[in-house]
Amino acid sequence: MAAKRESSGIPEYDLRLYVAGQTPRSVQAFANLTKICEEHLAGRYHIQVIDLLEHPQLAKGDQILAIPTLVRTLPEPIRKIIGDLSNKERVLVGLDMRATV
Amino acid sequence: MAYFSKMHTKQKRISSQQPERTLPKCPTGITGFDEITLGGLPRGRPSLICGGAGCGKTLFGIEFLARGAQDFGEPGVCISFEETSDDLAQNAISLGFDLKALERANKLVVDYIHIDKSEIAETGEYDLEGLFIRIGSAIDSIGAKRVLLDTPEALFGGLNDEGVLRSELRRLFRWLKDKGVTAVITGEKGEGTLTRHGIEEYVSDCVVLLDHRLQSGVVTRRMRVLKYRGSMHGTNEYPFLIGQKGISVLPVTSLGLNHKISDERISSGISGLDEMLEGRGFYRGSSILVSGTAGTGKTSMAAHLVDATCARGEACLYFSFEESPDQILRNMRSIGIDLARWIKKGLLHIHSTRPTTHGLELHLVDMHNLLESHKPKVVVVDPLSSLMSGAGENTSDLTNMVLRVIDRLKQLGTTGFFTSLTSGGHAAEATELNISSLVDTWLLLRDLESDGERNRVLYVLKSRGMAHSNQLREFLMTKNGVELREAYLGPAGVLTGSARLAQELRERDDESRVKRESEDRRLALGRKLRAAEAQILALEAEKEAAELELKTAEIENARRRDSALAQRAEMAQSRKVNSSLTVSRPKTREAGA
Repeated sequence: MAAKRESSGIPEYDLRLYVAGQTPRSVQAFANLTKICEEHLAGRYHIQVIDLLEHPQLAKGDQILAIPTLVRTLPEPIRKIIGDLSNKERVLVGLDMRATV
Repeated sequence: MAYFSKMHTKQKRISSQQPERTLPKCPTGITGFDEITLGGLPRGRPSLICGGAGCGKTLFGIEFLARGAQDFGEPGVCISFEETSDDLAQNAISLGFDLKALERANKLVVDYIHIDKSEIAETGEYDLEGLFIRIGSAIDSIGAKRVLLDTPEALFGGLNDEGVLRSELRRLFRWLKDKGVTAVITGEKGEGTLTRHGIEEYVSDCVVLLDHRLQSGVVTRRMRVLKYRGSMHGTNEYPFLIGQKGISVLPVTSLGLNHKISDERISSGISGLDEMLEGRGFYRGSSILVSGTAGTGKTSMAAHLVDATCARGEACLYFSFEESPDQILRNMRSIGIDLARWIKKGLLHIHSTRPTTHGLELHLVDMHNLLESHKPKVVVVDPLSSLMSGAGENTSDLTNMVLRVIDRLKQLGTTGFFTSLTSGGHAAEATELNISSLVDTWLLLRDLESDGERNRVLYVLKSRGMAHSNQLREFLMTKNGVELREAYLGPAGVLTGSARLAQELRERDDESRVKRESEDRRLALGRKLRAAEAQILALEAEKEAAELELKTAEIENARRRDSALAQRAEMAQSRKVNSSLTVSRPKTREAGA
């Protein structure tokens, strides 16, 4: 859906947001995520939104149960954050981004 | 497997006959379970299977899915929260289910849902739509009719928000119901609750409790249908087994007493015993109990039956809990029964185990499996009583087990021969197992002690459906096997052994004496008769002599008279008396007188 990429030797954040249809909670989560990324990772991130209603088979790969789930596939290790990402502090902790701030 | 498939066709018939007014049911294919639930789990509804660790919950679910896929044409989805699909497949193989093959055949989908708290952070609101989607896509991919969730409670370990989880689980179960799939949900037993997190609240249609109990060092598994909304069900606690062919529940009380019976008779292998049983032996398919104290010849009787059965070309299964096969063969050879040849021919299988090697449950599994694989016509359990040590103090368990064995044998139309050791102190008529009422024919072997020796006697305590002998017979072990002799019953009571021989000798003596005496008497009488006859002859001779004498006397008389007359006439003549002789004669006589 949306992708922003910039590479200048800085670790690239590869994020996947799993949603199930355009529910208010999913929309909210996406909005929260882009806001946080823009604030803290401007130009160093890539967000892929996966709608499980369209691709239910993709849920298996990342062990998705809760919706919405944000998966950080890069940098390693894999981190998962579930919820609508309304608590910015916890999202940053969850994504292990405090150190880079 | 033939047995199972028979079961299944039967169940299929039952389930299809289920009228619409009752709850539609989904046969599990688990032996016995469909009987106690009168058809299986509620179709299209979730059921909860709960119990402690290692009680067989997962297995129950796996068997439900695998049998559904194999035998009922109902594909299944397994959502595992605890074991990976490889682990599950591995575990299922040991029970004879090839999950991988079912997966390849598109009859089964196994999805392992892993949740690791350490890599998950929670922020803000969420729901478990992802889980729903995964289950939903798995169901839709193969058109599944059955779902296993094993166990969704693992979610409580991975996610923090219990409120969300609870409402989502409730939604999940309702959603499964709406999807019309028959679901099995497992749950681990918690403190004071059926499941650790109380999910039984949400699954309210059918709850089955599995249990795993240690008694006197032996584990027995039990199953109870706690709740079955809208349906009758067996309410008892049923022992169940986990064997090489999955779970089998053996519901004693729900088994109907409607075995097919046979009028055919089979020989006991001992002609004397056959004689006592109307001369024709046991009924085929009946259960026979031989009880007796140690060394009364129970095993020998069993060997005779085995020998006779194999000689007819029928298969025989021998469970020995005291002797090894070789020992049995050697001992029976000593009384002239060669069982080894039947083993070679493949007709006889001797299965020797120590009763203490495992619990009753596993013994029962063993028996069931061997019954399946060998399909014997006669089964010997020797001795039943030694299983006591496996049962510990809980003899009711053993009685129960024996009942199950007998029931199974009757279902299969197999003749069962059980021996039971009675310890000396007990009344002979009381078996320690209290199973005497279950058996059809009960033979009692006893020791009679007298004159410094012990002798064996046998009698038929009961034998259903035949006019059996009420005789007490002496039981002899000879080089040519067991022989039954009529025991001597006299005024002094029962005589056996040398006392019987002595008595027989005495009787023979008596007999010859009587014979001699009567001969003597006959001779004496003959002599007497002959003497009397001689006397008769002598007397007759005397009589003849007397008659002769009499005749001579008469002749003499006549002659004398004539001569007297002649003299008188001469005298008259001489006196010149002129008178006629005839007229004067009387006068003369008067004058003379």
